[in-house]
Amino acid sequence: MTVNLSKGQGISLEKSGGGALSSVRMGLGWKAAPRRGLFGKRTKEIDLDASAVLFAGEQPVDVVFFRHLVSDDGSVRHTGDNLVGGAGQGGDDEAVLVDLQRVPVHVDQIVFTVNSFTGQTFAEVENAFCRLVDETTGQEMARYTLTGGGQYTAQIMAKVHRTGGGWTMTALGTPANGRTFQDLMPAIVPHL
Amino acid sequence: MTAELVRGQNHPLTETRLEITVSTGDPVLAGILLADARGHVAGPDGVVHPGAPRRPGLEVPGRAAASHRLTVDLGALDETVHRVTVALALAAGAAGPDRFGATAAPFTAVHGPGAAELVSFTLTGLGPETAVAALEFYRRQGAWRVRAVGQGYTGGLAGLLRDQGLAEGAGALAAAAHEAAAPVPRHATASRTAGDGTPAAVAPPPRPGEPAPATAPPPAAPPMAAVPPAAPSGQASEPSAPPQPLPAGGGRVDYRHPGRAGGPTAAGPPSPQQASQQAPQRSPQQDPPAGPPRPVAGDAEGWTPEERLYNQVRGMFEDLARAVAAYRSAVSFADARRERELGQALADPRSRTGGTAGRARAEAEARHAALVTRARAVLDRDLAQLTAESEVVEPALPPAFARWDNPVWHGYRVPMENPMALRLGDLHLPERPELRIPLLVRLPLETGLWIDGGRTGTTADLAAGPGGTRRAAAEAAVALAARLLAVHQPGDYTLHVLDPAGSAAASLAPLLESGALPGPPAAGAAGVTAVLSELTRRVDLLHMAVRGGAPDALPPDLAAGEHLLLVNDFPHGFDDRAVTRLRYLADEGPAVGVHLLMVADREDARAYGPLLDPLWRSLLRITPVPDDHLADPWVGHAWTYEPALVPAGSRVLVQVLRQVAEARRAWGR
Repeated sequence: MTVNLSKGQGISLEKSGGGALSSVRMGLGWKAAPRRGLFGKRTKEIDLDASAVLFAGEQPVDVVFFRHLVSDDGSVRHTGDNLVGGAGQGGDDEAVLVDLQRVPVHVDQIVFTVNSFTGQTFAEVENAFCRLVDETTGQEMARYTLTGGGQYTAQIMAKVHRTGGGWTMTALGTPANGRTFQDLMPAIVPHL
Repeated sequence: MTAELVRGQNHPLTETRLEITVSTGDPVLAGILLADARGHVAGPDGVVHPGAPRRPGLEVPGRAAASHRLTVDLGALDETVHRVTVALALAAGAAGPDRFGATAAPFTAVHGPGAAELVSFTLTGLGPETAVAALEFYRRQGAWRVRAVGQGYTGGLAGLLRDQGLAEGAGALAAAAHEAAAPVPRHATASRTAGDGTPAAVAPPPRPGEPAPATAPPPAAPPMAAVPPAAPSGQASEPSAPPQPLPAGGGRVDYRHPGRAGGPTAAGPPSPQQASQQAPQRSPQQDPPAGPPRPVAGDAEGWTPEERLYNQVRGMFEDLARAVAAYRSAVSFADARRERELGQALADPRSRTGGTAGRARAEAEARHAALVTRARAVLDRDLAQLTAESEVVEPALPPAFARWDNPVWHGYRVPMENPMALRLGDLHLPERPELRIPLLVRLPLETGLWIDGGRTGTTADLAAGPGGTRRAAAEAAVALAARLLAVHQPGDYTLHVLDPAGSAAASLAPLLESGALPGPPAAGAAGVTAVLSELTRRVDLLHMAVRGGAPDALPPDLAAGEHLLLVNDFPHGFDDRAVTRLRYLADEGPAVGVHLLMVADREDARAYGPLLDPLWRSLLRITPVPDDHLADPWVGHAWTYEPALVPAGSRVLVQVLRQVAEARRAWGR
């Protein structure tokens, strides 16, 4: 069974064994811009940012991004802003961790987004991907390759939402444009 | 740096002692095949499988399970071995799936010494196969490399073996492997649970020079599992939590902390914050059936018991702030939603007739109540956990962190080292006023303290009556100064008191009576000037010495040690010059160990206008009566602060200060 989700596909985050998924991680990785010879500091860095927006009844109640690394309730944590990218070999350069058991009762959807803060489109960034991982087992549940994704600077990646007693993840994969998650809010609303 | 391989990709290896972890959705058995230069497995001896789980340098688990650890020492293999293949096969006869396509994609990772993950490979795209060659290690120009294979076989283990050149006996060998690995139902479920999220329960990677740990689970559990190496030392006063039940897989040493069900996850060590939050954040899945584990004092990271307790208190502080933030956010959302729904019901003209509006109102109220009830239930669960933690932490606190009514103060002995932090008082939130979090500040103090003797208008303040708040402020200051004297080594902390009008004489009595304060407090304008000049000179010279890099050149009367200046009734007795000196001390003093503790009512100093505002802002304001003016750094709740006061009628303060004075005399300081 492949683990890649196609656009719009939903998977329940309940395990076959009956245990609910307790924590998920959205990872984002990309390859740093190549150093430019003599004056290396003038390299045009590439800064992608991962964010998570918490919604309650379609109202945003909290957001986790590079300026607010932990949601007020402590359930969603960002591992910290990476301004330049990494080796581009598949490791996460930024990650957002969600402890689903700790998410406040009124929050029913969490939307994950990726933005290019420095403005390069995904066509210009090498080895860029984002993925969702079951943090307890390390299993990848969904992966998007952003590189080659066209002239877009942002992507609304996926949402996890409450269904019954558990959580379901739906892959969205909608391209968009924007510098931070605020610019994406109009694009996010139709997916709620 | 982990390299995530895709099928067919290879990666050089610099290590030869390797550990391979396998995690799958359903029980599988794992084996290792050794092939020669031509790629043929020589015979049954070349297969390490659950029926014959050990060979020099190789070891595989003896049972089918959903997570495995295999150890491979490539350096210990014969020269003739050119290829080492890691194979997986679905457990036969189990209730699990009959093909890899029906289970989660197997995940494999190769770890080097120190458990560092070198490469990982997720075997995606499998369909009807029941056995798969996952990874292979092979020699290339004298060095070993690893390749992600992911080749599946519909013919099961026998088909895989045949393909590897084992013509005869492949079927028999496969049958033997399956038989040996046949999961006893109890084992299958147990190892599956262990693979579901508690990798901390499996044996550690082998260290060079040690025999590889027995990952095959014999029924006998090693007795050392009951002695967790991570148990906090120095917490003998605490009954340790009952050890967790051993994973039913047996045989494996449980390295988890007895008080922590959820160990670090496979993703790496948890951040300090995560670790400190783990107690109330445990998921039910990781909990033993007995319910949440009992909290243990000192259950946080740190080098010393003191630091562990400090971090634990800080973790409790943050957890309480965040738990309440979640609750308040849910309640305010519920309120807003009810408002909206009621508004909609009333705005719709059709609903005005009949009982529709009434029904809509009742529905909105019911939805509101349901959400608030659920939020409250979650909050109550968290608060119960934090209360239980507080109940074990409070009695374990050292004097510097403890309330004055803690028995540790009755058994007080002068300390041999200085503390890292000091308890200024307690904090609580209106959601659970009886859950008190100690307000600890790091020592040495980075800013001065200001005990506000002014009227705050709170009920406690009004109850104190006119002048009562001011008297309470002086008492709080004395309790704080006495605490600072007591928790430092004798002679390391010197107290200077300015009481220009003598208005705090009654409150200062314990300090004088016990001899902890050698002379009477400086009185009058002359006394103020004398003390301030001396401290100003001290700060000035120390700064000069520090900047000049000549700390040895100080005059002998400027010995090391910290000083606390307690100013009562500011600005009484202060002229402009003295006020300027005081501001100098507040700004420059903390860096060289001269600290300020002011008891003041801002109203008294209003003649100075805004000139003193920077001084007030630079001080940490605390109140002698409960008041909600302190904000936490995470969410910004308004916390109600209560000072750490000596219980009425208690002699503990004088007893402690006597010991301090005696020790100082005995030490000749």
